Amino acid sequence: MAITVKDVEYLALLARIELTPEELKKFTRELDEILAYVEKLKEAKTQGVPPTSHVEALANVFREDEVQPSLKPEQALANAPSREGNFFKVPKIIEAS
Amino acid sequence: MTAREIQAIYQTGKAAPPEIAETFIKKIEELQPKLKALVWFDPEFVRKQAGALTADGKSKGPLWGVPVLVKDNLCVEGVPTTCASKILARFRPPYNATVIERLKAAGAILLGMANMDEFAFGSSCEYSSYGPTLNPWDTARVPGGSSGGSAAAVAAGMTPLALGSDTGGSIRQPASFCGVVGLKPTYGRVSRYGLIAFASSLDQIGPIAKTVEDCALLFSGIAGFDQRDSTSVEAKVPNCLEELKKPVKGLRVGVPKEYLIDGLDPEVKKALEAALEQFRKLGLKIQEVSLPHTEYAIPTYYIVATAEASSNLARFDGVQYGYRSGEGDSLLAMYGKTRGQGFGPEAKRRIILGTFVLSSGYYEAYYAHALKVRTLIRRDFDKAFEAVDLLMTPTSPTPAFRLGEKLSDPLTMYLSDIYTISVNLAGVPALSLPCGFTPAGLPIGMQLIAKPFAEAELFQAAHAYEQASGWHKREPKIR
Repeated sequence: MAITVKDVEYLALLARIELTPEELKKFTRELDEILAYVEKLKEAKTQGVPPTSHVEALANVFREDEVQPSLKPEQALANAPSREGNFFKVPKIIEAS
Repeated sequence: MTAREIQAIYQTGKAAPPEIAETFIKKIEELQPKLKALVWFDPEFVRKQAGALTADGKSKGPLWGVPVLVKDNLCVEGVPTTCASKILARFRPPYNATVIERLKAAGAILLGMANMDEFAFGSSCEYSSYGPTLNPWDTARVPGGSSGGSAAAVAAGMTPLALGSDTGGSIRQPASFCGVVGLKPTYGRVSRYGLIAFASSLDQIGPIAKTVEDCALLFSGIAGFDQRDSTSVEAKVPNCLEELKKPVKGLRVGVPKEYLIDGLDPEVKKALEAALEQFRKLGLKIQEVSLPHTEYAIPTYYIVATAEASSNLARFDGVQYGYRSGEGDSLLAMYGKTRGQGFGPEAKRRIILGTFVLSSGYYEAYYAHALKVRTLIRRDFDKAFEAVDLLMTPTSPTPAFRLGEKLSDPLTMYLSDIYTISVNLAGVPALSLPCGFTPAGLPIGMQLIAKPFAEAELFQAAHAYEQASGWHKREPKIR
């Protein structure tokens, strides 16, 4: 399949990565090459084969709901790029009408 | 100086941890400008730990006074842990990874943080935002990746031991390129708590060392169940230092016939054949086996691993930690600019690819299909291990390549992982160790693969071969 610049633009939006026009062009070409390579997988016969999302036979892990020590607000906020009081601060989400 | 030699020195009382620490501080200061293997180093941080060890009279742990270098994607409390990415610049974790807690409890001395490809995306260390680490055997060549800083530092004697992480070969391939020993443990053997995730169903933390015995020592120090990692397994960890001395005679080694590929370097092939001959002399039984789905391993990996990465790396959004772009007056614009400016080229490429294979309309054809092929790859291993105890392959089809050689073409870079990738998809343990040198003096590595939780057998066969071959005694002349 042929990947277009428009496809990559859409994927970049989904992934929340702003790309430069040069990057868009470069990634379109590279993604196209990589996808052409993975086409090979289509030959593999997988009818009736169950998927492996994980190599272990995982069982749910339960524990008692007990209070455990956790990070103090100062520790949790120490790496914040921007904060106000005990909150992470971000640009406004709701547009002013 | 190996970890076992350091322990022997402590036994005789000829030196104490502060003196050993000074030896390695000096070595790092001498070689760091040439190799750029570390991304964070503070001699005072090292001295403080070494001094505290002599001051307390408590019982000595199994790694007491032994220095360990840490890959830059393992959280160390209060120490910059950046995954060699601009997006995590200045991040100082408020907690320790489980492996770091265990090293500290065992008495190890943390030396600093080692260079890597950004978020472990790469096979050459060239995708580090700090710039590449250079190979100690030839500084015009890459050390391999992504744990290139860890492997180069061990090879150069800047540390006796180092931790790496391996998602598709990131411990084994650099170990091979740098002429050292590296182990990717069984999935679930070592807790991933505090490892900054790349692909959660494939990632494992593992040891890199100069000798098999040292590798086993560090493995014993970090392995075992941890409640904080729900994928960590409650299986007993054997005493590998004892186990590796067991006789190897009669062990059955399978050589997969699919591993003779066009791109296999003739020097690597020659070294492997000589190693097989050595194995025969040691009494191991060699036979051909088949892993028929090998050709699908790389495409399967690049779908599964990028899908998981695109999801794992969503957390780097400029809100709670790490880099935030000052531009953008809405939340959406801030995300886009922060991630656009903070991630390097390979990280962006993989996130975009992972987003594609998970996106509506393509999920079934790519991601869901790849998970089924992953089952076929796992079954290949199950079947092979019905007939043999170990598998043997090259670790990489070539010795270390030149800096810049594969940067312009991401696909050829991916192909260099052909021998290591299926091991992660199947979740089995594998070890790389030196099995010769090219006429130009570049190390060649062989890979041994075992059944789940049979790391002890890897150590046995590797130790017997190493002692018989003596390759581990060669040291690089660093120019």
